[in-house]
Amino acid sequence: MRALDLEYMWDLLPVLIGYIPLTLFMALIGMACALVLASFMAVERIFRVPVLDLFVRLFISFFRGTPLLVQLFLFYYGLPQVLSFLTSINGVTATIMGLTLHFSAYMAESIRAAILGVDRSQWEASQAVGMTQFQMMSQIILPQAARVAAPTLVNYFIDMIKGTSLAFTLGVTELMGATQKEAAGSFLYFEAFLVVAAIYWIIVEALAFVQRHLEIYLNKAHAR
Amino acid sequence: MTSASAISITGLNKAFGDTSVLKDISLEIAPGERVVVIGPSGTGKSTLLRCLNFLDRPDAGVIRLGDLTVDAKTVSHADILALRRRTSFVFQNYALFANKTARENIMQALITVKGQSKADAYTRAAAILDETGLTKRADAYPAALSGGQQQRVGIGRAMALDADLMLFDEPTSALDPEWVGEVLDLMRRVAEKRQTMLIVTHEMQFAREIADRILFMSDGQIVEQGPPEQLLENPQDKRTKAFLRRVA
Ligand SMILES: Nc1ncnc2c1ncn2[C@@H]1O[C@H](COP(=O)(O)OP(=O)(O)OP(=O)(O)O)[C@@H](O)[C@H]1O
Ligand SMILES: [Mg+2]
Repeated sequence: MRALDLEYMWDLLPVLIGYIPLTLFMALIGMACALVLASFMAVERIFRVPVLDLFVRLFISFFRGTPLLVQLFLFYYGLPQVLSFLTSINGVTATIMGLTLHFSAYMAESIRAAILGVDRSQWEASQAVGMTQFQMMSQIILPQAARVAAPTLVNYFIDMIKGTSLAFTLGVTELMGATQKEAAGSFLYFEAFLVVAAIYWIIVEALAFVQRHLEIYLNKAHAR
Repeated sequence: MTSASAISITGLNKAFGDTSVLKDISLEIAPGERVVVIGPSGTGKSTLLRCLNFLDRPDAGVIRLGDLTVDAKTVSHADILALRRRTSFVFQNYALFANKTARENIMQALITVKGQSKADAYTRAAAILDETGLTKRADAYPAALSGGQQQRVGIGRAMALDADLMLFDEPTSALDPEWVGEVLDLMRRVAEKRQTMLIVTHEMQFAREIADRILFMSDGQIVEQGPPEQLLENPQDKRTKAFLRRVA
């Protein structure tokens, strides 16, 4: 047993903090794309558009049914071999793509469940005043479903932030990759990974704080 | 404001599975006429109203509203939207948009459906909030309103649409007794403007006061109809007599 090298940890901290923007960048872009794709698929699953429905179901089944790491390797190492225009897909792009597709499959299911939970009266009232289906979904149904789905979606976002650490397997020097390199140089693995664990932890806790405020905001229509 | 279009319904039929709920209903409503529908539970009163704006899809029948003709057999998506935009509906359970304030509930369709500017919709909503006595509660969400207030917003939302035909499906049935009076008062004021109205209600006194005509429905058919005095004092059909004995 040896003492922790606190000085090393302290010096490492600013180095690793410098990689937070890349991690957040991948997670935020991934989340934004996943939200759009998931909402689209959720609405499709409700209306069951012929043919398209088959593809959406297959998509959701595949991306929920296989590991994220496998999907990332498939995009980064596999796709360029069959699609020649992708000769050099960069690791960051492949990660964002993988996170988007993987998490959109899960998010589509929770958004769909939230939509189905919106009271029938809300659909009928929208129809009765003459709204188009698009107006009904975008202004009445989805905002109400968002309130129900929000806690689950934030949890997926948290998973996504942690999921960005897999980018290091595609050769991206992000938070995890940088830590790996630093640790390999100093041999102080325990210290290095402790610091990176703390950084992820703090990011997620900060997000949980945002989540509480988001929920208060979304629930304002339901306060008595 | 007087609605200008006459309404004519011909051969309306609706079944749920094997159960025929509306059996060849035909009905004319004159502009400005206030028609009340009464009848036992489960006879198709709600279904009749819901077929008129295609919340339920009729199996057959033709609905004419001014120059708009909608045939259930050949109806298009555009027909349904047009019909819905020329009618308005007041629900038994209010059905206010839960994510919108009272004011926004009234403004919503003015902006999205009628394409009015926000400023115009706001002005119109302010006038309606005043008329329905809700100015003070304008920025409250439905969950924070009493049943009576919610239904007054529901009626206000329908009034804002300036529909050729206002449909009311038992607007006071879900209310605690203490709130029924204020909602009926508001409906009286709407009726005084000679707004064309088709109202399902169990409030016989109210029906007698405001109706130009009362329809008695039983088992998916209009059994008997006439002015309130005639239908309520001197019913002809034995089913009407039996029903009126029960509710009197
Ligand atoms: N969506 C539906 N699916 C199946 N059956 C239905 C549906 N809606 C209504 N019905 C049936 O149609 C019949 C007529 O219903 P409707 O609601 O029109 O009656 P009502 O006259 O409005 O009755 P109440 O006074 O109880 O409101 C009833 O037997 C009802 O069970
Ligand atoms: Mg009914």
